Amino acid sequence: MSLPNDLTLLTAAEAREALDNREISSAELTQAYFDRIRDVEPKIHAYLHLMQDVAMTQAAEADRRIEQGDIQAMTGIPIGLKDILCTTDAPTTAASKMLDGYVSPYDATVVSRLRDQGAVFIGKTNTDEFAMGSSTENSAFGPTNNPWDTNRVPGGSSGGSAAAIAAREASITLGSDTGGSIRQPAGFSGIVGLKPTYGRVSRYGLLPFASSLDQIGPFTRTVEDAALMLGAIAGKDPMDSTSVPTPVPDYTAAFPEDLKGVRIGVAPEYSVEGMEPGVDAAVKDAVAKLQELGAEIVEVSLPHTKYALATYYITAPAEASANLARYDGVRYGNRIEGEDLMDMYVKTRGAGFGPEVKRRIMLGTYALSSGYYDAYYVKAQKVRTLIKQDFDRAFESCDAIVAPTSPTVAFEKGSRLDDPYQMYLADVFTIPANMAGIPGISIPCGFSDGMPVGLQLLGKAFDEATILGIAHVYEQSAGWYKQLPEL
Amino acid sequence: MSLSREDVVHVASLARLGMTDDEIDMMQDQLSSILGHIEELNELDTEAIPPTAQVLEMKNVLREDEVRDSLPQETVMRLTPAAHDGFIAVSEVLGGGEEGPTA
Repeated sequence: MSLPNDLTLLTAAEAREALDNREISSAELTQAYFDRIRDVEPKIHAYLHLMQDVAMTQAAEADRRIEQGDIQAMTGIPIGLKDILCTTDAPTTAASKMLDGYVSPYDATVVSRLRDQGAVFIGKTNTDEFAMGSSTENSAFGPTNNPWDTNRVPGGSSGGSAAAIAAREASITLGSDTGGSIRQPAGFSGIVGLKPTYGRVSRYGLLPFASSLDQIGPFTRTVEDAALMLGAIAGKDPMDSTSVPTPVPDYTAAFPEDLKGVRIGVAPEYSVEGMEPGVDAAVKDAVAKLQELGAEIVEVSLPHTKYALATYYITAPAEASANLARYDGVRYGNRIEGEDLMDMYVKTRGAGFGPEVKRRIMLGTYALSSGYYDAYYVKAQKVRTLIKQDFDRAFESCDAIVAPTSPTVAFEKGSRLDDPYQMYLADVFTIPANMAGIPGISIPCGFSDGMPVGLQLLGKAFDEATILGIAHVYEQSAGWYKQLPEL
Repeated sequence: MSLSREDVVHVASLARLGMTDDEIDMMQDQLSSILGHIEELNELDTEAIPPTAQVLEMKNVLREDEVRDSLPQETVMRLTPAAHDGFIAVSEVLGGGEEGPTA
């Protein structure tokens, strides 16, 4: 392999090969990312905390391991972590004033698995506060800018993790996806984002938002890198009883050569009013390309798709209102003293949470409150059943479903802040997969208005291998991933 | 669906969320609007549909009841905003403000 002058141009798989062949060291690779961060981070603000000292120590240790032949997929690879994943050697704030300065006494399971593999941690990436948002503008510590156009949002909530990959400020980053928070920012930022099946990756040490929907997954430049990272973090964890013991396959070994014999579903419900024509066109071209590559395109129906957004905005806030009750100023996090205990709770939570978090706690508390529980919360759970049944039926006639990741490309910063429902619409195509618990991946499929368009592939539960395989074949043939933003 | 100001104040109190008058006004408008969109779920007849709380087919995940190490007390106590003699300190719970802890 001929090495680029700038090592941040290497994909993680290419870096792996170069590290294993001793063409580069992890220390050199890690330094290249910190050099890049020095140059571009002032324009992007992808990170809340950089971990340079930790990273250089980890890189030196990784180089020793590689020297001894003790090599795993992530040994020596520089990684960014969404600042909602607990780390013992850097703050974990969830981009909230509530947790400003908080350092977790334990590592998230994904973090400890990566440490065991000898990975290098570049830093903690920006997010909407407690992962609630679609633009990363809800961070208490300032927004992240889209590397393709710094006046636009990178999507959210994992916008820092997405922008860090698009701007080449990490080799791989991790994010979390509750209603689209990996796939939507990946689409907006022109990169790959994978939400695994609910239960595929341990959520232990992921600050919880909506526990029946949350799932951790990678942002990468290529599908191969996403497959490598999923292999490194997936699997049963005794600390998360909702993690599933289904064996973790070798995802890259299962990549097909073409798409012959693969049935891909297209659902008319994923073409909605108000959709950007350039997005629609790019997705149609991608579907034609999938067919050209050998796939059989079949029409499927997901009739309850239009109800997913409303279902989500009951279910997720209801779970969030319970989960965020823990931030009470007593055991950890920040406290504002009051006249008595009640006054302390009210002041602490009033000052600690930003507007969107308050909105969701209010919505969820209302939906769960006496007199409204059946009308809202139980109703939403019943519609969730219908949404899941839609997918069960659709997957009887196809192996994967293709759809746009989002109805538009990345929007201008500030343009949706005054109308929460407009902001929520950015996730209209990603939410159904969370409701059904199925895996989804967003990959680049072209441009509209000069901004990247995301193509979403949805798969059967625990069949990440199929959507990764389709995504890889499309990506290598279409080549969009080779286009990088100028910074 | 529109929420009254009293509804908003009541829910904020249930959630222990301090809000300014302006925030309450904004919340009243925004929550009413969001709940208006959510009303569309009523188009669906879900009488015979069972609810889904989570999607995994597993239930009752059990493990051996073994004693394991937990985090050291001093590690955890370092996180608390106020400690006293190895306890987490808060202001008095009973006989405090007018509302009291069960409000």
